[in-house]
Amino acid sequence: MSILITPQTKILVQGITGDFGGRHAKLSLDYGTQLVAGVTPGKGGLFFEHGTHKVPIFNSVAEAVAATGATVAVVYVPPPFAGDAILEGVDAGLDLVVAITEGIPIKDMIRVKRAITGKKTRLIGPNCPGLVTPGTGKDSFGGCRIGIAPGYIHKKGHVGVVSRSGTLTYEAVFQLTSKGIGQSTAVGIGGDPVNGTSHLDVIKLFNEDPDTHGIILIGEIGGNAEVEAARWIKAHSKKPVAGFIAGATAPAGRRMGHAGAIVGGHEDTAEAKIAVFKECGIEVAVTPSDMADALLRSAKAKGVTLS
Amino acid sequence: MNIHEYQAKALFEKFGVPVPKGVAAKSPAEFASALAQLPDAPVVVKSQIHAGGRGKGTFTDGFKGGVKFAKTKTDALDYANKMFGNTLVTIQTGPAGRKVQTIYFTHASDIKKEYYLAILLDRVTSRPVIVASTEGGVEIEKVAHDTPEKIFKIVIDPAYGIADFQVRELIAKLGLAGSEAKNAAKLIRNLYTCFWETDAAMIEVNPLITTPTGDVLALDAKVSFDSNALYRHPEIVALRDLNEEDPKEIEASKFSLSYIALDGNIACLVNGAGLAMSTMDIIKHYGGTPANFLDVGGGASKDQVIAAFKIILGDPNVKGILVNIFGGIMDCNVIATGIVEAVKEVGLKLPLVVRLEGNNVAAGKATLANSGLALVSGDTMADAAQKIVKLVA
Repeated sequence: MSILITPQTKILVQGITGDFGGRHAKLSLDYGTQLVAGVTPGKGGLFFEHGTHKVPIFNSVAEAVAATGATVAVVYVPPPFAGDAILEGVDAGLDLVVAITEGIPIKDMIRVKRAITGKKTRLIGPNCPGLVTPGTGKDSFGGCRIGIAPGYIHKKGHVGVVSRSGTLTYEAVFQLTSKGIGQSTAVGIGGDPVNGTSHLDVIKLFNEDPDTHGIILIGEIGGNAEVEAARWIKAHSKKPVAGFIAGATAPAGRRMGHAGAIVGGHEDTAEAKIAVFKECGIEVAVTPSDMADALLRSAKAKGVTLS
Repeated sequence: MNIHEYQAKALFEKFGVPVPKGVAAKSPAEFASALAQLPDAPVVVKSQIHAGGRGKGTFTDGFKGGVKFAKTKTDALDYANKMFGNTLVTIQTGPAGRKVQTIYFTHASDIKKEYYLAILLDRVTSRPVIVASTEGGVEIEKVAHDTPEKIFKIVIDPAYGIADFQVRELIAKLGLAGSEAKNAAKLIRNLYTCFWETDAAMIEVNPLITTPTGDVLALDAKVSFDSNALYRHPEIVALRDLNEEDPKEIEASKFSLSYIALDGNIACLVNGAGLAMSTMDIIKHYGGTPANFLDVGGGASKDQVIAAFKIILGDPNVKGILVNIFGGIMDCNVIATGIVEAVKEVGLKLPLVVRLEGNNVAAGKATLANSGLALVSGDTMADAAQKIVKLVA
């Protein structure tokens, strides 16, 4: 039916009393998401009110979990405190922590990633748009919206979308919805060099999900995450997959040193990644306008129905 | 954020990483007093710009070499005068090159052997990695490609930090022994502390050298910092050299715009980095060339759009503009109103194609259509890109 989250998933918001967190908490409530708690240290006992909604605020994640049974946290707290907020959610034993915050120091994320290794909690992000499992209502309302994506562009269905970039995810989702093709879940894993969940992690989940019939994999220049995902797809997945790599025209970089090139390897250019996609049987979107059509081509070739 | 070699070496010294004695001069008037602080021996004269490949670079007046060995201080003074104020072009500066505004004089060390040493993030493990090689002073990409067995890496567990056994392993692989090994071990540990404590994104020492007397020195230094962490390092922010940055990029950063100038003639204004990159790609796909990367972020307010237009129009190569906004949460009509006001305020004369999509898009398109401006509406990215390419052709 979807991956990671369902319309029944109970969410808590870390940073609900901030402008940004509050605005998106309201949009999620409007979308019909089960947003059951807010967490802001020092503001426990207060309520976050929006229309007929009255969401209790707690001083800690552990208190919020005990009182509401929330299993997922979304983090909007400012960068200097975001690493701590993520660890608090992991310590409380949540299933999933989604970090939206942009601008967390890389060192903080190196330490956070090390600290959560082996823990049951999955981290998505940081610096990501979050994820959406569309609902059955008008404009997909009644679904689970975690983060900052526009809910209304979605449509409930069977295509999984994974991307680092927010607006490119929206572009892909919008193309699909415009063609009457719905999505199981759209996941933005975030653009930072150290993040919790990789393209491959999400691809594996989509591959196991019987309700996901096809996948759009959106990547960018830099790193080798898309290559890793593509090779796994070739070996393990029979589902139609369309891929797009952004950054073919990006300048080679105004880097000062050369160390990145030897650590990054030779497969981090758009050209190299596109070549690997083709070799792995992924239908490449020629332009960003071609993402949904590329998936339709792949589905047709494999005899799979997407809608 | 990048810093100059002379600043990086001062930082190294603070963390106990040995470097050759050196003095920086920011005007020709300071050359003589700077040289007087060095021993009476050969001097290396080094142009200070934020780019690699300086030694093999050429100045725009034909003078060759941004790094020169001078047998005497008289020669050093002569080289410094030729470099200062001159524009140096290297493989990393692009054809425009960079104006040299600081000269760094260093004592010319006796070199026994050159090595390579770098510390950076390993994206695969999400941990810091120390990279070293017995082949220093040359292009390390070439070494990695031709003789990968000469490149050694140790990945650091951030929970423990750099471990002694890892340092011993690395030093053994580099073939160092005796006092060289002891000095190298101390240098590597201290360099790692420098990397970790300053929130560096990358440190590269090429070459790292041994001397006939058993010393180990960082002969060059390239250091860049994680911009997300600058808020906790005011001492590093103070090292920022605005001369090394594109004035348009500095202006953009004041409005939270992310702008990078490119060589083409179609400017673009987009929300979101991924969409901005792919907008450049699709312009290229339909035969045009992008003039810039410009991400206005999630908001795209009127003030931002005005600032963005002004920055774009500051580039004389620009012949047309493509605006591509996916207004997911933002009301497209607010964005459209902002675009119309911005166009009127800056008196835009160039062809403009706008592709708006998202929330309340019908009202936004109506605002654009009724504005009386000569702008063209694009329905999809492909449609918009084809239209702007045709208009500037």
